[in-house]
Formats: sequence, C-alpha cells, structure tokens
Amino acid sequence: MKPISQTMLDKLWTAHEVLRREDGVSLLWIDRHLVHEGSHHAFAKLKERGLSVCEPDLTFAFVDHYAPTRRSFQTCDPQILGMIQTLRQNTHDHGVRLYDLDDPRQGIAHVVGPEEGLTLPGLLINCGDSHTSTHGAFGALAFGIGATEVAHVLATQTIWQRKPKSMRISVEGALGFGVAAKDIALGWIGKLGTDGAQGYAVEYAGAVIRGLSMEGRMTLCNMSIEGGARFGIIAPDETTFAYIKDRPFAPKAEAWKQVCADWRALSSDKDAQFDREVVLDASEIAPTVTWGTSPEQALPITAAVPVADDVTPAKREAVCDALEYMGLKAGHKLEGTAVDQVFIGSCTNGRIEDLREAAHVLKGRKAKIPGQVSPGSAKVKAQAEAEGLDQIFRSAGLDWVDSGCSMCVGMNGDLVEKGQRCASSTNRNFKGRQGRGARTHLMSPAMVAAASVTGMLTDVRRLLEGRQ
Amino acid sequence: MAGWSTHIGMAVCLPQANIDTDQLIPARFMSVPRAQGYGRFLLHDMRREEAGDLKADFPFNAQEGMSVLIAGRNFGSGSSREAAVYALVDSGIRAVFAPSFGDIFASNAVNNGLLPAQIDEATYETLSQTLERRPQTITIDLGARSLQLGSVGARFSIDDSWALKLINGWDDIDLTRHHRAAIAAFKNTRYQTTAWAWPNGAD
Repeated sequence: MKPISQTMLDKLWTAHEVLRREDGVSLLWIDRHLVHEGSHHAFAKLKERGLSVCEPDLTFAFVDHYAPTRRSFQTCDPQILGMIQTLRQNTHDHGVRLYDLDDPRQGIAHVVGPEEGLTLPGLLINCGDSHTSTHGAFGALAFGIGATEVAHVLATQTIWQRKPKSMRISVEGALGFGVAAKDIALGWIGKLGTDGAQGYAVEYAGAVIRGLSMEGRMTLCNMSIEGGARFGIIAPDETTFAYIKDRPFAPKAEAWKQVCADWRALSSDKDAQFDREVVLDASEIAPTVTWGTSPEQALPITAAVPVADDVTPAKREAVCDALEYMGLKAGHKLEGTAVDQVFIGSCTNGRIEDLREAAHVLKGRKAKIPGQVSPGSAKVKAQAEAEGLDQIFRSAGLDWVDSGCSMCVGMNGDLVEKGQRCASSTNRNFKGRQGRGARTHLMSPAMVAAASVTGMLTDVRRLLEGRQ
Repeated sequence: MAGWSTHIGMAVCLPQANIDTDQLIPARFMSVPRAQGYGRFLLHDMRREEAGDLKADFPFNAQEGMSVLIAGRNFGSGSSREAAVYALVDSGIRAVFAPSFGDIFASNAVNNGLLPAQIDEATYETLSQTLERRPQTITIDLGARSLQLGSVGARFSIDDSWALKLINGWDDIDLTRHHRAAIAAFKNTRYQTTAWAWPNGAD
C-alpha cells in the first residue's frame, strides 16, 4: 500500500502529539517555551495555584517588550523597571534562564531564539506573543498563545490545540529589483485580507521562498499572523542548516549529519494535499506600503490612496475611517506623502540583513526627518557596529539605540506623537499602535530608509539606482 | 471558573469589522496587575476623549450593564494579549457575537469564560439592525447554540470542545494533570529518539 502523503504540518503535528481526545483536540509537547515581561499574568496564575515551572531547562526568558532603548544614559521609568524586575524575580524563583538587559545576547525573543540556536527545525515553540510564527521560518511548529495558555505550558510543558487547516502560499518567478520579503508579506495580506488565513497554518513554498535568506524567511513567517494565520512555516534546507550550524545551542558536530537528515525529511511530501492553495507571481509584487489602519490596507508605492467608491460596500466605511485617521486624501499618490519620522527595528525587520539593506540606501546620504534604528538584539547591534552600519545611520542623522521591541508597540515609552506620520519597518499599523493618534505606514527597512532621505513615502528603487 | 449554559443580559452592537486587540486595550495599560481590574481600559481610545471622559455618542457608553457584544468580522485580530479578554470580562461582558474572530483571541476568551460565538454575515446584519437604536435584552442558550433577541431567533456556532469547556467551567491545567503519565512517557520516548530537541547546553 502506498503511504499517505503528508504535509510538513502533518509531520510536525504527529511528532508532538502526546494524545488526541475523542473530540479531536490534541495535547502537544512543547520543546521550547519563550517568556517575556508580559508573561507576568501567567506567573501570577502559577503562584495562585502553588505550582512551579515544570521544565525550566526548556524555558527561556527575554527582556524585550519593555526594554529601554537608551539604557546607558537614560533613567528608567519606575513602572517599566517594575515590569522587568517582576520578570527577573519570576525567572529567579523558577530557575529559568533570563537574557537580561546587560547580557551581550539580549534582544527580542524572536530574534535571539534563532541567533542562539534555540530555534531548530522540527521543534514546537510557544511564546505569549503572536509573532512567535517567526520561528516557523526554520520548519518549526511555532505559534503565539495567551496568558492562560502560557501558565498551562509553564505548569505542564504541553498545550491543547485543535489542528489547523493547511494552506500553501507558493511564490513563483523572481522578485523584482528593490523588492523584499516584507513586500511579499504585505502583498499577500493585501490580497487575502487580515483574516484571509484565519484557521490555517500557512506553508510558504516556491522558487522565491527557496531563494530567500533566513532573515527574509523570518520576516515572512513573522507577518503570518497579520493575515490571520497563527502558524507560518517554511521547509528547512541548506540555507537553514548553514544559519544554524555552530550556534551556541545548536546540535554539535557529532550529531550534525544525522540531525540534518532528520530535518530534511520534514518537508511536505511531493503529492501532499493542502486544504487551500494560493499561487503568487513574484513579478507582480512591488515595493509596498500600508496606507490605512490594518495591514491589509496595503498597496504598491506607485499606487494612489484608494477612493471609497473603488472598494466593496462592506469595506467602504473602513476605508473612510482609515483615511480620516491617517489624514490622507483619497485619490492622491502614495509616493510623495510627507512623513514626520522613521523607525527601523522590531521582530519583523530588526535583523542584520534588514539593517544592511537600510544602510545600503542611506550610505552617503542625510535623513531629512528624525528617526530611530533599534537592532533586534545586542548581537545584531554589535555585528552592525563591526560592519560600520551604525556610522551610516548616525551620519545620516538617525538615532542608533539599544535593542528591544521599542517603537513597534511603544511599551517602553518609545512612542510616536499624536498626528505624526511614521514610516516603520514593523508589523502593525493599528490605530494607536505606536502611540495614541500615531499614523503608521508599514514597509520594508529599505523603504523606510528611502522615506528618511526624502522626508516622504518614496519608491526605494529610485534611490537604489546605480548602487548595486 | 464557574461554568454557564444560559445567559440573559443586555446586548449592544459595535458595528465595525477588524476591532483589533490594540483597540480592545491599548498597550500602555498592560503593566497593571489583573487584581486592579481591566474594565476601565476596555476600548479605551475608541470610547474616551483624550482627557478621559466618555464620548457621548459611542454605542457602549449610553447605558451601563451591557453583557453581550455584537461586532463585525475579524473581532480580536492582532496580538496574543489576553488583557483584551480581561478588559471585556472585567466590564461584565459574557459573550461576543461576530462573523469571525482572531484565532488567539478566541482561545483566550474561552479560557476566561467568555463566549466567542460565530454568526453568519446575514445574522450579523439582522442583529446589528435590531440593535441600531438601543441595546436590548438577549437570551443565549449555549447548549442549543441559539440566541433570542426580541423577535429575532438565530443560531451560532462554536467549537464543540470549547462549548463544553465553557458550560463546565473546566480548567485545562486540572484536565491535563489526569494525563501526567502519558506526558511523562511521551517525554521519555522523545528524549530517546530525538535527543537533539533538547537544548545542547551553551556556555
């Protein structure tokens, strides 16, 4: 009998299934649990019940959401410091390893996990953060959970989940000049909507995905949740193995060959069936920006702000509302819209390659508007400094600061003022996301760099001409 | 947590799609311990002026004591912050009816006794029209997956395992403890066959 073909999701699910109840809900084993300051609710639940962390060696803690980004010279807000102190106390009490502010490997959980080799193909990774889907770039089953679930994982190292449906997004052809992984993400979300992949685990496949670096793959998987998918996965390959090899927590040399063979076998079988298939033509993807207050409100930089009459009646009200909040006029060209400030960083686009791409645009140029660059981790920061990228950002006039979630979510006090327009390499343009009344335009780091040079939303391809 | 199978309360409609978690509770309030209550943060920036006063024309603000919310599709999309559910629950909300929900929000809701009830778009239109002028009494029967709002009767759907959990007030940690032996056996086998899945001690 021919064996039944399996998707990568099937294989990852089966490998972690402790049991499946009669109602179809599975109990899954967790290989890595990442916690942060926001996990205080979960630790409080544990304390209420007198429970301890069941697998402290599989639990890793990160100071990221509240991390001050000017910590060498700025005094910390007591409430923010309190959040960090609580995490220190909880991890100390439970014997959990903490990447604290002064650790040379400190940074955003979704940047440091891969850097440390904690993120590996075939693992199940949970974190109380919706961008946990980032780790799926390695062929791991990784998804965000809420505080009650975090408490459950801390107490049992397992989670109850119903298996999601499977969806494959294949990106074929070749990406055009100046087009990045962020543009693929905003492109598909713009097409399918922020609930386009709700209830699905998305596997990204196709020639373009195979050609992406790990940084690009992480950006793409990271944004899965903005299209409604709790999971984004990419089959591990030589690019994946090369990234992982020799990382601090990666399997060591003697096991390496066998492990790579195990990882190769994770890929979806050739004739595996998906519940939904979407194929995108890479040549149709342009540098993209969001114009509204939802990641689905995204368009090529060459487009004009939509006119309410152009959209379906169901979406009309949302368009008018978004245009009012964003202070944009229907029908005006996106390119040329004046921007007040820029931000480069976050778990979406705060990695070394992101900074290289932004610096490539900025080299020898000045920023017309203020802005801040926050590397995704202290290691990314050190690497960037070794390459002289910090000098490019500084001489352009941008602030080069410490790592953390920073202005993506503003919990550490890095906020955008009311009515200010920010070109941002982050993941959400929700109302108030970067501060009450802040106007966020999402785009790739290179596009953010271009906006800083001109002080307007700008097609980065103009500034890249002659720079290759 | 106490389970529940029927609820009678006042329903209000928030006729918008994509009410994300950042709208349900802005990030700046999330460092507050739960014991202090999250109700005052619910939809904070949507329903309040900058000085903090309630906006008179916001649906939620006209009357106190609402316990059921009807909203547009993709309710609770965005972040995994369970604080979004705490803000609803601490405001007295027991159920949200919408054509679709953010996946993480929905499971967080069930973990806090809040019903994320899925209705089809036509039902949503009918309910929102019925509630256009003022909040009204609604009756929810979780076991029968039905609701009654004035003369309008409708069905909703929810994952069966979630409905059972809400009705019985089950807590996952208690349930999982019954499977301790199975988990220990699984861990042991995984360690034997997949040793590389354990962090290979750095420094």
